[in-house]
Amino acid sequence: MNENRNAAKGEERAGARRLVVVGYGPTAHRLVETLLDRGFTGAVTVFGEEPRPAYDRVALTSYLDGKTLEDLTYPVPDGVSLRVGERVTAIDRDNREVVTDAGAREPYDLLVLATGSAPFVPPVPGRELPGCFVYRTIDDLDAIRDAADGAVSGVVIGGGLLGLEAADALRGLGLRTHVVEMSPWLMPRQVDEGGGSVLRGQIEALGLGVHTGAGVRSIEAGPDGRVSALVKPDGEAIEAQVVVFSAGIRPRDELARASGLEVGERGGIVVDEGMRTGDEHIYAVGECALAGGMVYGLVGPCFTQAEVAADRILGGTASFEGADMSTKLKLLGVEVAQFGAMSGALDVTYMDPVGGVYKRLFISDDAQTLLGGVCVGDAAPYNTLRPFVGRPLPGAPSDLLFAGAGGGTSADLPDDAQVCSCNNVTKGQITAAIVENGLTDVPGIKKCTRAGTTCGSCLPMLKQILVKSGVDVGKALCEHFPHSRAELFDIISVRGITTFSQLIAEHGTGRGCDICKPAVASILASLGNGHILDGEQAALQDTNDHFLANIQKNGTYSVVPRVPGGEITPDKLIVIGEVARDFGLYTKITGAQRIDLLGARVEQLPAIWRRLVDAGFESGHAYGKALRTVKSCVGSTWCRYGVQDSVGLAIALELRYRGLRSPHKLKSAVSGCARECAEARSKDFGIIATEQGWNLYVAGNGGFKPRHADLLAADLSTEELVRTIDRFLMFYIRTADRLQRTAAWLEGLEGGLDYLRSVIMDDSLGICADLDAQMARHTATYVDEWRAAIEDPDKLRRFVSFVNAPDVPDPSITFETERDQIKPVLIPLEVARR
Amino acid sequence: MTVLDQTPPSARRREWTPACSYGDMLPERGVAVLVDGRQVAVFRTFDGVLYALDNLDPYSGAYVLSRGIVGTRNGEPTVASPMHKQVFSLVTGVCVDDPDTVVPTYPVRVSDGIVEVSAA
Ligand code: SRM
Ligand SMILES: Cc1cc2nc3c(=O)[nH]c(=O)nc-3n(C[C@H](O)[C@H](O)[C@H](O)COP(=O)(O)OP(=O)(O)OC[C@H]3O[C@@H](n4cnc5c(N)ncnc54)[C@H](O)[C@@H]3O)c2cc1C
Ligand code: SF4
Ligand code: FES
Repeated sequence: MNENRNAAKGEERAGARRLVVVGYGPTAHRLVETLLDRGFTGAVTVFGEEPRPAYDRVALTSYLDGKTLEDLTYPVPDGVSLRVGERVTAIDRDNREVVTDAGAREPYDLLVLATGSAPFVPPVPGRELPGCFVYRTIDDLDAIRDAADGAVSGVVIGGGLLGLEAADALRGLGLRTHVVEMSPWLMPRQVDEGGGSVLRGQIEALGLGVHTGAGVRSIEAGPDGRVSALVKPDGEAIEAQVVVFSAGIRPRDELARASGLEVGERGGIVVDEGMRTGDEHIYAVGECALAGGMVYGLVGPCFTQAEVAADRILGGTASFEGADMSTKLKLLGVEVAQFGAMSGALDVTYMDPVGGVYKRLFISDDAQTLLGGVCVGDAAPYNTLRPFVGRPLPGAPSDLLFAGAGGGTSADLPDDAQVCSCNNVTKGQITAAIVENGLTDVPGIKKCTRAGTTCGSCLPMLKQILVKSGVDVGKALCEHFPHSRAELFDIISVRGITTFSQLIAEHGTGRGCDICKPAVASILASLGNGHILDGEQAALQDTNDHFLANIQKNGTYSVVPRVPGGEITPDKLIVIGEVARDFGLYTKITGAQRIDLLGARVEQLPAIWRRLVDAGFESGHAYGKALRTVKSCVGSTWCRYGVQDSVGLAIALELRYRGLRSPHKLKSAVSGCARECAEARSKDFGIIATEQGWNLYVAGNGGFKPRHADLLAADLSTEELVRTIDRFLMFYIRTADRLQRTAAWLEGLEGGLDYLRSVIMDDSLGICADLDAQMARHTATYVDEWRAAIEDPDKLRRFVSFVNAPDVPDPSITFETERDQIKPVLIPLEVARR
Repeated sequence: MTVLDQTPPSARRREWTPACSYGDMLPERGVAVLVDGRQVAVFRTFDGVLYALDNLDPYSGAYVLSRGIVGTRNGEPTVASPMHKQVFSLVTGVCVDDPDTVVPTYPVRVSDGIVEVSAA
């Protein structure tokens, strides 16, 4: 990079020049942007035939599902004179001028052709009929959308990458959609026959008609003169009111051809490794260029070409040496990826037509080197393996097919491995940017290196690299502690620290914040340090823990009493109703089998708790990063299918683990049989009854990113079950990150489920006795936090709206009525923000 | 306030409203004080210093800043709104993550062991 900058100075000597660019697509945009970024001083004029500035063509289809033109349009760099809606019709090489369809002539010192390509429309009879389209520009999409309105079915001619994307678009527009492909299988350039057949199965399952090995005899018009059907060579007619041609692209080399520049036999403007044509004043870049005998139809190589040409224009010596044509896409919801070569001496194949997964790796004859691969249905190996193409295999081939199962990660890559193929960024460049600029997140990497800004498929790798290089910075909880939560847990328990002040004085800086304080509070609570509002601990708690209730949007709180297993007597139900009525609270059945009383002001909380505690209720810890509920189904007591007493077990477990503080909330459920009415497999630990005992599932999650729990152990006795859960929870509490649910924790745990089993069932780390002792301490010291608060006058004093007016309710809190219950009246934000 | 009172605020005698005894304030926690109908959040930091901000969280429209977690950012004492965790400087009222947003600050003192706030 630095060398290139010096080269830019060299250009300065040559003086300002007039640069004209023909075509304003993504490649032209990248060229102009790079030139201006690097201090090009000449005048830049860009001609674009489309009536708008360049936009992200790769994301074209998103225009049909919600993205606006604005979202897709690139910002026009300052200082460019842009002439959109004006087509260049000729190049006058002798006078160094271009001529446009507006009759204008524009002189140039340097000319760059970035005219891209045009869809190829095979000479099929009927191809000019109204209702026939190509799929390349915003205007095309507008026209297709109009035609689809009122149409019933559509056909895409061409089953390649763009054809399937067009088919997805038609489907999205509500058309019954068919794809006609000449080759024996779909996407012949990206996948092999096996992959093609799995892909076909997946696409047919979505309801699309797939016709491979099929040409087109003609396109027929209906009585209205518009397209009505497509006829195949075998005479079969497919009804269609919309036909989209997507049968390949042809470089737009017509200007070059007419002005005598050399073009390839099958099209494309011939350029050298510096992207220059035979005329030293003319460059060609992007999909119109034939570089090293190839026309590149992917945006990544086009961008590289633009950067090479820009460097040359600035006097540099960059050269274009071919490009990685690997692709990873999601078409019609099916992941498809291809990298490296599509053949090799040896190969390993996994094929599951039912599950819709196909993976094949190509390997050198000595079984040492990875040559390439094809994936359909699960492209995970793409991210982990693409960078290893041409390098020694990072693991056993069969393992590599299942990414995540022992294969190398991108963080282990050599520095020169390409991570972002769209923008040609290597791992080394990314790590360098992270170090030099102190980057801490993916947006930072995007900004500094451009990696991840185009198709986005490298984003998971960026994250991995960040994690790996951020070991020292990244794990720090916040600015006050250079440690991870797990490290703090060890420090606190090994050193026997009992206060935040001691911890931060000895191991941190400053006075903490809303991130580290609750985290430390939770660790202290997990290790059994008394009531969470005792002494200094009170100041560490988030407002919910501080008031033992959940804050709501108007500053009131909600109260959720524990209802173990969801089982409740009529008398207790009546008490809840009476309390709610007497305090004017809103009531709602929660998603976790209990009842929420909402709208309590702080000063009402102790009185509400008093009533509930007197009736035998206790805190449900809805406010804490702690055990929430153990849901249950009715189980064998009532249900005709039940094989065990799920309610009894759920209650026992809820009472055992109640009040247990953890890195994030903990949820559980017990189902009485495999019908799973309690949804146990979406819980942090879930139990399903079997004839022989209990199956224990762990690390499930509903919420933001649902995950089904994994079976940890089967047919356990109740005693074995409880011991295993004890250890699972304590091991999680010790080692997880702040606000990491068990699902994310297990996914990040090296060695995964097997490792977890070895630690808590085979005691491979020799810590089980410790874990058991910690749980025993928890169960022995549990007290109800509400009762402890109402019995302690010191704690009670905090429950006022105003210290100087304990009897005055907060006047800002008001309610209106909706469906016979209260509802907060909110201060409009404009007023709040003045 | 009357229409006749033309004295500029700075020249007026400050009115102090007693809040609570200093000893009742937990280190690194806040309390809400009602001062002439206005809600003021008073905080005591670890080193014993008092600060007063408006209790209205401008991001949520709820009067809750007194219930936030007190801490530091680069050494400056701060409180994080309990609603959506925006962090405000206790010294200036400026939102650390969004300096265009500022909450009012008020004078606060201890007199005879009693914390007093002025919101005039
Ligand atoms: C009250 C309740 C909704 C309801 O009316 O049903 C609720 C309310 C809140 N949920 Fe929930 N969740 C409630 C059941 C659930 C469930 C269903 C369940 O537990 O079976 C789920 C999905 C299951 C799961 O967690 O895996 C659920 C997934 C979440 C999540 C996403 C967690 C995740 O891992 O992605 C959050 C956000 C978070 O915790 O960071 C959340 C956060 C919240 C918070 C705390 C948001 C907030 O900070 O204000 C809500 C306030 C609680 C309160 O009482 O004021 N709530 N929440 C439910 C209380 C259940 C209870 O009795 O304790
Ligand atoms: C639907 C769709 C999906 C795609 N998805 C992917 C993908 O996932 N990954 C990927 O890598 N690539 C993808 N591509 C390909 C990618 O869009 C192209 O590689 C890229 O657009 C090439 O850029 P370009 O600037 O060279 O050419 P173009 O984008 O074709 O731009 C050339 C511009 O020049 C204009 N022009 C031509 N002649 C003249 C003239 N004489 N005077 C003035 N203006 C002229 C044209 O109107 C056009 O606006 C996709 C393409 C499409 C259509
Ligand atoms: S789903 Fe969202 S809005 Fe509804 S209770 Fe849960 S967190 Fe609140
Ligand atoms: S690989 Fe497409 S953005 Fe990085």
